[in-house]
Amino acid sequence: MENSSHGTIYGINGPVIKVRGNHAFQMYEMVLVGHDRLIGEVIRVFETETIVQVYENTTGLKPGEPVISTGKPLTVKLGPGIIGNVFDGIERPLERIAEKTGIFIKRGSIMDNLDRNKLWHVRMLARPGDYVNQGEFIAEVKETESVIHKIMVPPGIKGEVIEAVGDGEYNIDQTIVKVRDGKTIHNLSLVQEWPVREPRPYYHRLPLNIPLITGQRIIDTLFPMAKGGAAAIPGGFGTGKTLTQHQLAKWANADIIVYVGCGERGNEITEVLEDFPKLVDPRTGRPLMERTVLIGNTSNMPVAAREASIYTGITLAEYYRDMGYDVAIMADSTSRWAEALREISGRLEEMPAEEGFPAYLPSRLSEFYERAGRVENFNKTEGSVSIIGAVSPQGGDFSEPVTQNTKRFVRCFWALDKALAYTRHYPAINWTNSYSEYSQELSEWYSVNAHPEFMDKKAKISRILQEEEKLLDIVKLIGSDILPDEQKLVLETARAIRQGFLQQNAYHEQDTYVPIKKQYLMMDSILRFYEKAVKLVSIGVPVSVIRKSGAFEELIRIKYNIPNDDFSAFEDLNGRLEKILEEIEAEYKK
Amino acid sequence: MNVEYMGLKEISGPLVVIDGVKDASYEEMVEITVGRNKRLGRIIEIYGEMCVVQVFEGTRGISLENTRSRLLGKPLKMPLSMELLGRVLDGIGRPVDGLGEIFPEKSRDINGEPLNPVMREYPRNFIQTGISSIDGLITLIRGQKLPVFSGSGLPHNQLAVQIVRQAKITDAGNENFAVVFAAMGVKHDVAEYFRQSFQKSGVLDRVVMFRNLANDPVVERIVTPRCALTVAEYLAYDKGMHVLVILTDMTAYAEALREISSSKGEIPSRKGYPGYLYSDLASIYERAGMVKGCKGSITQIPILTMPNDDITHPIPDLTGYITEGQIVLDKNFALKGIYPPINVLPSLSRLMKDGIGEGYTREDHPHVANQLFASYAKVQEVRALASVIGEEELSPVDKLYMNFGREFENRFIAQDFRENRSIEDTLDLGWELLRLLPKEELDRLSPDIIDKYYTVPESKKGDF
Ligand SMILES: Nc1ncnc2c1ncn2[C@@H]1O[C@H](COP(=O)(O)OP(=O)(O)OP(=O)(O)O)[C@@H](O)[C@H]1O
Ligand SMILES: [Mg+2]
Repeated sequence: MENSSHGTIYGINGPVIKVRGNHAFQMYEMVLVGHDRLIGEVIRVFETETIVQVYENTTGLKPGEPVISTGKPLTVKLGPGIIGNVFDGIERPLERIAEKTGIFIKRGSIMDNLDRNKLWHVRMLARPGDYVNQGEFIAEVKETESVIHKIMVPPGIKGEVIEAVGDGEYNIDQTIVKVRDGKTIHNLSLVQEWPVREPRPYYHRLPLNIPLITGQRIIDTLFPMAKGGAAAIPGGFGTGKTLTQHQLAKWANADIIVYVGCGERGNEITEVLEDFPKLVDPRTGRPLMERTVLIGNTSNMPVAAREASIYTGITLAEYYRDMGYDVAIMADSTSRWAEALREISGRLEEMPAEEGFPAYLPSRLSEFYERAGRVENFNKTEGSVSIIGAVSPQGGDFSEPVTQNTKRFVRCFWALDKALAYTRHYPAINWTNSYSEYSQELSEWYSVNAHPEFMDKKAKISRILQEEEKLLDIVKLIGSDILPDEQKLVLETARAIRQGFLQQNAYHEQDTYVPIKKQYLMMDSILRFYEKAVKLVSIGVPVSVIRKSGAFEELIRIKYNIPNDDFSAFEDLNGRLEKILEEIEAEYKK
Repeated sequence: MNVEYMGLKEISGPLVVIDGVKDASYEEMVEITVGRNKRLGRIIEIYGEMCVVQVFEGTRGISLENTRSRLLGKPLKMPLSMELLGRVLDGIGRPVDGLGEIFPEKSRDINGEPLNPVMREYPRNFIQTGISSIDGLITLIRGQKLPVFSGSGLPHNQLAVQIVRQAKITDAGNENFAVVFAAMGVKHDVAEYFRQSFQKSGVLDRVVMFRNLANDPVVERIVTPRCALTVAEYLAYDKGMHVLVILTDMTAYAEALREISSSKGEIPSRKGYPGYLYSDLASIYERAGMVKGCKGSITQIPILTMPNDDITHPIPDLTGYITEGQIVLDKNFALKGIYPPINVLPSLSRLMKDGIGEGYTREDHPHVANQLFASYAKVQEVRALASVIGEEELSPVDKLYMNFGREFENRFIAQDFRENRSIEDTLDLGWELLRLLPKEELDRLSPDIIDKYYTVPESKKGDF
């Protein structure tokens, strides 16, 4: 081929294309494949052949069709119009695809990532004569009622503003600011581009000492997540990974949510699309969809785009972090992404490591989770990206490579348990296998912002659960009847903790999200009662009497009976429970 | 394109390699003539002028020299027409019932295209199957994909037949209802059993049957479910029908996939299955659903036999990761003589939450379901204990659980193959069973629900 920017297709194997006739392709360059110009990416370069993964179905491609170089890596467009939108794995808007091709996604639909006709009301911040640095805010756009989109100087650009438009309506292509850096003049618009596989730069990292509050008791209290942290939710099928991710997407106190449906069900994307516009963000009073962006590359969509979807998602997240927002990204499921890697690797006939996964699986996972963090941006704002990745271990067996390698790079591990799910104990997060390494760093925040005794109460709750664990081993062998009463009391209290505190019903209006103060008060009521009951038992009151009083049932029903916005009822409850115990005591002493 | 290529370069299992091919396209169909017999194949890999072709009818009798191959210029397409209703086809969609040709209205690539998630409609309509364990605890929803995980010797076929016979799929009558049945690698008598039962229940003229039997070519199995789903999509989205798709046995399907993969020399992942088994199964199961602006729906009931009754085997495991729940059959129940032998604890319907309760089935449905699950889970603990210390040594409450467990299995799970229970009967039965337990044990129920349903209504007292 004479034309140096062309190659021709030589081999086709699923999404993997071998190209000959051009040696000038760059690694990770985006290319257009075939007469239909399917989007692809260069993933290997050899002396005689270049290998391309294609983001669309390759049926019908022929050897000899052209492969055109674009000279730039796979990038995403960053600008207003992202929030509230649904994209596929390479940031193509699914709504627009639907307008063009109906209920099915037809291939070869190259289109604008963001709406280029829409006019945004722009409030200018930069003035001619200003000296601006990378990351600096030059304008603002109200992207949705909940999100002010800061227009920033793209990374790597600095200089003097030589021209700036006035406030007004602009589309994303129009130049709003001209910046002169030495001899070069940069035309800045509302939009910038960024290669998805490259982390966006920041000034420096900050300690992870602020929790991402989720309103889910077992998470916030026992296994808390930090803003800027990384967490994994592993679990067999049907144990509640997606539901937990949805719960976090709904209720976590992040400013922006990026939800990546990576190789999972179409209906789960649909569900978010139906629910989120109707649900109200407790902090802003606005629909949740106004702070959410969805990336949906479902299991039946092309596998190479699934591989890219994770990077597209994290790049969008970093972009909003740069504006000073706390962003949380949910990836459901990272295992499907790992499988996409495996599939492509298999077609390249690479030497596999464990279970057919390529040897570079751990490094890819670590690169991804490293993109989480709380940072100070170049523009002096603070922002964070928190990553919550679902893991779908084969056979529900946590010893498989994706779970094991993920464990090395996350510090929060919410292990879902089949046995709990079978008994419909939801969320089925196992309190003995799960952990959070952030607890320590977050303890100060909890003491100051939740309650000085929060950490203390949490420790006591954990201890009762641990004791129960030991006792249950005995009960399995001999039954609970012959245990001494103080141990029976531990069992009863632990049951109340499990059913009243750990179990949380995602479908219950009040229980779906619980403020941290209420979480504290619930622990407090349970422990107050327990400590007094211990005293009664020590003077000989049988646990069965306490049990008959119905007090444990009251503790279990706090979550339904005491509303999230009025905690005064706790005092009544504590008083009532105290009275019950006093009466039992009086009765017994007689 | 009438170029014929003489001979082959290589034969490996169900695959052949043709060399010197000009202008082949990926996934294009190839006609291979061996003597007087013509076979169909599909190009699954191209490298320069070499094409790897998967031969549907298998490679028996093929040598490097005795073939002539011709490219057909298009991928495998399924001819579509309303005339398909009532017909029996082979595994790649050719009529085998001797009732003559089908004149297609159109034809479509069997691989279909991915449904755009923004065009899906979230499924919410309850399908009453008349089977208590399913309706009450694993509710089937129109547009759902809900597989049956079974084992050899278990009555999954009867269950499927009972569901087809009793399912109330449409709100109005049943004129808008069709069944697409795809048999993959099943025995002749199984396929025949299905055909006869469809006939007996008078639905045969609404059934499209695809038959790839155990002695039919293995590779053909790869396309059978895709042909079936192409027909289902046509009936649902072009013709607005509610389609129930039964795919059996998905295990035979996956084994065929494994066979081809190993012939290609691909690197296996678990148990020899290819690394793309998940994506491949998803490309089948995700073709269930409902779409905006369209009356029809596709509900899928895939049936699979779990090798060694092992639910962690890649086939049930990856299926469970894609489908919206599962109905798990259990040998131990069958041994106890319980039909249908459904073990409800590992079973799940993920879509039931949005399709039950007030306005759908009955207000108390989610509560009863929850409580029955929790109480029955507790029965397992008590039984484990009883097996250690003996039933007589159990506490009085635990004895009540033992009784509840037996009654639950014998009256709620077990029901006759002919018995068709309404959802009201199922829920009332659930309450009747819960009343075997003391009120304090019912920790999943709110006080007002207990007051309303647990306490035996005066008027009904005489019944017990
Ligand atoms: N907190 C909860 N409250 C109520 N129900 C729950 C909760 N968590 C999980 N469930 C139930 O469990 C079912 C399965 O959950 P989910 O779909 O999240 O599983 P999953 O782990 O994502 O499975 P898969 O890997 O197959 O996608 C839900 O449909 C719901 O019925
Ligand atoms: Mg899920």
